[in-house]
Amino acid sequence: MMDAELIAMQLFSGIALGAILIMVALGLSIIFGMLGVVNFAHGALFMVGAYAGLWVASLTGSFWWGLLVAPLAVGIFGMAIEYLLIRPLYGRSVDDPLLLTFGLGYVLVEAVRIVFGSDGIPFQTPPQLAGVADLGIGFFPIYRLFVIAVVALLLLLLWLVLEKTKFGLIVRAGAQDPQIMRVLGVDISRVWLLVFGLGVGLTALGGVLAAPMRNVNPEMGSLVLAEAFVVTVIGGMGSLVGAIVAGLLVGVAISMTALFAPEMATIVMFALMALVLLVRPQGLFGKPGRA
Amino acid sequence: MLEIEGLNAWYGASHVLHGISFSVEPGEIVALVGRNGAGKTTTIRSVMGLIAKTTGSVRFAGTPLLTLPAHARFGLGLAYVPEERRIVPGLSVRENLQLGLVAHSGAIDERKAIDEIAESFPRLKERLGQEAVTMSGGEQQMLAIARAMIARPRMILLDEPSEGIMPVLVEETGTLFRRLRDQGVTLLLVEQNVEWALRLADRALIIDQGEVVHRSAAHALLADKAIQERYCAV
Repeated sequence: MMDAELIAMQLFSGIALGAILIMVALGLSIIFGMLGVVNFAHGALFMVGAYAGLWVASLTGSFWWGLLVAPLAVGIFGMAIEYLLIRPLYGRSVDDPLLLTFGLGYVLVEAVRIVFGSDGIPFQTPPQLAGVADLGIGFFPIYRLFVIAVVALLLLLLWLVLEKTKFGLIVRAGAQDPQIMRVLGVDISRVWLLVFGLGVGLTALGGVLAAPMRNVNPEMGSLVLAEAFVVTVIGGMGSLVGAIVAGLLVGVAISMTALFAPEMATIVMFALMALVLLVRPQGLFGKPGRA
Repeated sequence: MLEIEGLNAWYGASHVLHGISFSVEPGEIVALVGRNGAGKTTTIRSVMGLIAKTTGSVRFAGTPLLTLPAHARFGLGLAYVPEERRIVPGLSVRENLQLGLVAHSGAIDERKAIDEIAESFPRLKERLGQEAVTMSGGEQQMLAIARAMIARPRMILLDEPSEGIMPVLVEETGTLFRRLRDQGVTLLLVEQNVEWALRLADRALIIDQGEVVHRSAAHALLADKAIQERYCAV
């Protein structure tokens, strides 16, 4: 009986981890699908999101303000990055934005190190969300339940926006054929700006949500970036459904492995990725011939 | 309606249009013919703002176009049906039609506009929910035309609308274009199907090596086999 409970708890931790990965991978995927830019600064922006959340929370004394303000602020910061740094590189080789964001990631990490120091900062779980809840099959940390609920709600919202609104239609069509959108009167560069901001805002939200579950430090983005890349490769680069399914898959795989063979926990996702690449190189939900 | 004067265009380093000048009057159909690679497509792509380097003057209803970004030209009432049709994959027929309206600022009721356009295109009406790229080439061509028409433009530029579609659809398309002209829509038609285009058009222009080499009434060119042979024969 104890074993079943342990497995249920670990499965649940995996879903919570997966939820964070989805936030990061979704942004990565949506930016790549629309702008064709592989954003190597995405992990650093996750970390910036966590720090921004921490900072706003300490200023206002409330975790909720951090959760609300940090993703918005970092999303706007992302729009500034697109407008000032990435936009001049469109029409050039794909390596250029890749190198730029790669370098930008380092700049952000160092900037945070200068401002906040290299040491990790603990982030208190907000008191309303501390403790555990008895779900009948076992005791689960309330905060992780909260993370899963927020991500699920956000995914629903994102789906509604993409499928039911004019902006969503423009985004879906613009990802396929930006040029025809211009002819149909859409200023596609404005759409790119918003989509980049949205993608960055999502990873920043992931950062804030993850903050109480792990140590906040300047390096926290690099592992997440690697995990998010694995997720997008497994799910299929540019596929949103793929990012969601693969995010959960990787999260659960990591935490289940941690239960049985802790030393294999990081390797398992790469093994999963290798397997998918062998069997289905475009990823589970990717279209062949892209990327 | 459309006045082009001394239009030059480049693809990278290669200079492909050399001082094109012509105008299209409101409510007429003008056919632009000539061999492959003569510069017909480049001419209309320049008008739409899809060529990176252009000089000269292009005015639409008095507004200079060349300094305007491509998306701003749509708002003036200028629509374009590209040769490759550019139906967006992953989207239904209805969603592709909606794309024709997303940037429209005026008061057009989307549902009503789609119903109306579906009446004009019975083939699309039955397929509104279908993924658009699974339709036949001819049906996709109809969709591309319908998408260009739906926001009620003043002028439509069409690149090879008859290419690769069944003869019966070509005739239907011709009837549709005449009806559009009668409603006051101006049409500029690039065509390889010279005879069809000349029967349809009021006036005709021949482009050769990036220059306008002939201009006349469409029926006059239709009768002049010698000139057709010289500039349009493959």
